[in-house]
Parts: sequence; structure tokens; C-alpha cells
Amino acid sequence: MRASRLNRPFQWFTVSVAEFLSRYMPWELACTLAALVHAALILNVIAVGALFFIWLERKIAGRIQDRLGPTRVGGKFGWLQTLADGIKLLGKEDLMPGGADGFLFKIAPYISFCASFAAFIALPFAGGDMPFVAQHLNVAVFFVLAILGLEVFGVILAGYASASKWSLFGAMREAAQVISYEVPLGLCVVVPVLIAGTMDLVTIGDMQSGLFTNWFIFHDPFCFITFWVMFTCAMASVNRAPFDLAEAESELVAGFHTEYSGLRWSFFFMAEYGSMILVSILASILFLGGWHGPFPIAEWSGLTTSEMFGATYLANLLGMTNVLIKATVGVTLMIWVRWTFPRLRIDQVITTCWKYCTPIVCFTFLGVLFWTYQGLPSLGDAMGTSKPLFSVHEVGSVHEASAVPHEKPPVDSIARVFGSRAFGSRALTSQSFESRAPGSQEAGR
Amino acid sequence: MENAIYWPTFFFLLFAALACAFSLGVVFAQSVVRMAFYLVLALASTAGLFFLAGAEFVAAMQIMIYVGGTLVLLIFGVMLTAQSPFVSMKTRGGDWLLAAIVGGSLLAVLLPVTVAVPEWRGMDRAEAEAIEVVPTATRLGMGLLGVRVDKNDQQYESLLAGMSGYLMPFEIVAIHLLVVLIGAAYLARPRRRREYSDGVPADTPVTTV
Repeated sequence: MRASRLNRPFQWFTVSVAEFLSRYMPWELACTLAALVHAALILNVIAVGALFFIWLERKIAGRIQDRLGPTRVGGKFGWLQTLADGIKLLGKEDLMPGGADGFLFKIAPYISFCASFAAFIALPFAGGDMPFVAQHLNVAVFFVLAILGLEVFGVILAGYASASKWSLFGAMREAAQVISYEVPLGLCVVVPVLIAGTMDLVTIGDMQSGLFTNWFIFHDPFCFITFWVMFTCAMASVNRAPFDLAEAESELVAGFHTEYSGLRWSFFFMAEYGSMILVSILASILFLGGWHGPFPIAEWSGLTTSEMFGATYLANLLGMTNVLIKATVGVTLMIWVRWTFPRLRIDQVITTCWKYCTPIVCFTFLGVLFWTYQGLPSLGDAMGTSKPLFSVHEVGSVHEASAVPHEKPPVDSIARVFGSRAFGSRALTSQSFESRAPGSQEAGR
Repeated sequence: MENAIYWPTFFFLLFAALACAFSLGVVFAQSVVRMAFYLVLALASTAGLFFLAGAEFVAAMQIMIYVGGTLVLLIFGVMLTAQSPFVSMKTRGGDWLLAAIVGGSLLAVLLPVTVAVPEWRGMDRAEAEAIEVVPTATRLGMGLLGVRVDKNDQQYESLLAGMSGYLMPFEIVAIHLLVVLIGAAYLARPRRRREYSDGVPADTPVTTV
């Protein structure tokens, strides 16, 4: 069974890793090896990312507090400090309180880490015809949000299983926090999905190609507000100060991980930093153009359209650099906020999420609906930088067209039912649908 | 490659076995929190089965609603309210018998059905591999919006426009949920006493704490 377009994993030049490997070995073995390659790559994003961002956090925290931060380990900037700490953690004794529920206590850090890891599977690092994504999902946004919610499960189990009052308090606060931020976060994510007309992260990212004016954050004023609300909720979702109530080291010793030590403790931190990177990448794809830089260098230099061997791969590498830079900016912003603002109380967290974020994002949601329904121009339209939506990749349309050949695109009939005005200029009008059909793809280019 | 592992079957059996094992874990565990933990894992394994079937939307929904819902249930339903006899519960012999009869009869009804319907029988490997996986999310969403994506070949324009699909049930459920939410918020609101027992009107500011 050859991989269909939708299931084509991480792309290597013009074939997937699995297809490349299958030239030298049986297909089943190639698939298994390819899966391992993807897993190893994602694991490295988390591990190396955590290594880097923990060091960065210490440096930034030091500068904000008028200190130097780490300076000695590894030469000039103390850049090996995290590695040294990691080795120290490896050598620590693995402790467990006497009254703890041993099984749950031991498994909780892995649940947190696995959740953070699994969410990366559907996250694209570059788009186009050959997206850099481990598993190209049609509902990637939804999947990432659902898996992100699982990380909390590890935190709560850890708090419960530790048999410690501090830990239990941390878990309780975390639970209260979860039900507060999940609603506004979900609503924020709906806004770019509404504009794009798809939950596929690759398509959402590719709809923002071209100049930075095409990014969804500049689509209309409501989107701009939504992005900042989303960033706030995302900070709450990864337990960062000012929302780090579950740890609250000044009140609860260390909150849910009070009783943990050594490697298990470090798993919680890997999960936290992994999630920070994850939500930053997610926000950058949804609102900040993802792998499209502020200026489309890859397109200007002709890399995306060139037939040269490896040109699309180079373009994707550029795109991945964009994503990682944006993620770094996002994480740096979170670090900056953490060392600037005091921690909120639990009632303040609930107030922030329910009384402010939720109504604001409901308002912006209606605003974006109004904007697209009225067909008001986005910034890209107004500046004339937005191109007609050609599909760099054609998951939605080709699949529907090839699977049910006799069927008209369903959008046609929905437009007939509700009137074509119901869809914005860039969203799913039947015209854009047709231009994404396989035959007209070259014409669209 | 006749004798190589056929991965879809392998993963189906893996997820199915995991789901069954964790379900048994729910039944036989004695600590409430562990039960909830096994329940989450059983539901997540079922989500894996949905992923395998290509129903990504349903799978993500399964994770988000059931797994997330179980989490909230665990916290607010169990950990906050459970008294000591419920934290660790032992099932009595009579309960086992009753549960076995009820569960066993349901299983006895369901099991023959799974093999009785001819369309549900397993197909050939070649036939199964020919099936193209279609992304479901768009069609599901349109179905809820009122487009019968399954009846799009209707010839008459006027009839096509009138096909309301599942819009009505969708709206009824949505309004119903809204009413339930408002009702829950109303029931859970802090109750203020209208009037103090000594006849002080309710709008008098309370000065003592």
C-alpha cells in the first residue's frame, strides 16, 4: 500500500523518507524505519529545544534581574549549563514518598512527556507540495489541541499520586486552570480555521504565503486581538508564569512536582519546554504565516517553482528556519513575561480566562465572521499583495474529487443554500475550490 | 512480500487488545483514580482505532471529549467529593454476579450482530488496499450545516436547496446544551440571603464579617 498524498510523511527531496528507503529494502521495513526517523527528529526538536531554551531562560532571567546568568560551563556564554545540569539530574537518586501510589507516580512524568511529543506529530515545519510533517492530518489543529490537553493529565496524576498536600494543591489548581483556559483557547483557534476554511495546518500556513501582509494576524483588526488572547491562553496552557499556579514555588514548595527528583523531574521540564515550543509554532502557523517569512525570499529566488534537484527541499529548509525563528521569538516572549509579571492568584486566573478572554474572543469571532461575510478586504487584499489562492498542496480538493468523481464539490451546493456571500473572498468559494482542482493547478501557478 | 507483517492488521489487533486490557483494568482496579486512569487509556486506544480507520476527526474528538471529560470527572467528581469508602472500593460477590449478567447479556446481543451483517465481514486485502481514505472533517461539518453531502447528485435545484440535512437536530442539540449550561450556572450560583432574620433589608451593606 503506497502512501497516499495525505499520508506522505516528512519529505526528502521529492519522495518521502519511506519511499526513499523502500528503494533499498522491503516496503514494510522502510515504513517502520521512516517512522523511527520521524520520531527521532521530533524527539530532538523537544530535547535540543529544551536544552537551548532552558539556557536562554537563565540568561534572560539573569539580565532582567541585573545578573549575568550562567557564564562558565562550556566556554563563553555558559551554553553547556543545561547539559551539565542534565548530567547532574541523571546521577540523582530516584525518590518516591512512602505513601505514594507507586504505579501512577512513576508513570505520570512519561504521560506528560508523551503528550507533548505526540502533539508534534501533526505539526508541520514547512509546507508546500512536500510538507515537513511527520503525519499530515486533515484535522491537525484539532488533533494538536486535543493532545495538548493530555499533558495536564500527567500533572494531575503526579499531584494526586505523590501523597503530599503540596502536590495535591498543585493538581487541584491545575484542574481549575484547565477548564478555564481551554474554552477561550479553543475559540481563538477557531478564528484562523474560519478564515482558512480548513483544519489542515499545512493549508492554513500556505494560505498566508507572500508578503507579511497576508498573515492572518493582519487579516483584520479582530484577528489581531485574537492573536494576543490566544497567546495569553497558550501561556496558561503550558503552565508558564503568570499562570504557573500548579508549581507556585513561593507557596507550594514546587507544587505538583514537589516529590519528584532526578530524571523523572526533568521529564516534566522537557514536557513543559516542549509544549512551549509547540504552542509557539502553532500560533505562528495559525497567525504569523508559519513557514512564510515576512518577505517571500524562497519565491523571489524561484526555489519553490524551480525544477532543479532539491530546490523545493531548500525552500522547505528556509521555511523551517522561519518556523523555528518564530517559535524562538514566541518562547522568548513567554520567558520575558514570566520574569516580568507576578503570579496570578487562582481566582484571578479564572477571572482572566472566563470574564475577559472568553468574551473578548467571542466578540472577535463575531467580528471576523462579520468581516468575511461582508467581504471586507484583508490587509493583503487592500495592499494588493494577496494572490489568488492557488494550492501549493491540494489535499482537500484532490481527495474529494478523486474519491467521489461524480460528485460536485459540496461547497457548490452550500453556496447555493446559503448564498455565495456567506463565504469570504479568500475562503472556500466555489471558484477557489475549482482552482485547486488538479487540472488547473499548473494554470494557477 | 506475502509473509511480511501486514501493518494495518497488526495495529488493529494492538489497539483492540490495549482497549480490552485497559477496560478490564477499569473493572478490576480498586482505586477510583486508577480506574479513571485505565478508562482514559481505554478510550485513547479506541481513538487509535479510529485513526487507523482514517476517521481522524472522530478520533481527535474522542480524545478531546472523552479523555478531557474523564479528566474533569476525575478531579471534580471523584477526588473532591469522594469519601474514604469510595477511594478504594471493593465489589461484593452479589454485585459481581449482577454486573456479569447485565454485561454478559449485552455482549451476547452485540457479538452475533458483528458477524451477522454481511457488509461488515472482512474484505480481501487487495480490496481493502484499493480503498482511498477520504478526509472526513469537511463533509462532517457540511452535513451539520445542512448539506446532504451524501445526496449531492440530486437533479433538481429546488429540491437540493431544500435538503436541510442534519441542521435541525444540530440546532436542537445546541440550544439544549445552552439551556443546560445556563441552568447549571443558575443552580451553582452563590446563594445570597434575601433578608436577614432580624428584618434587615437585603440591600443594606453588610459591615461585619
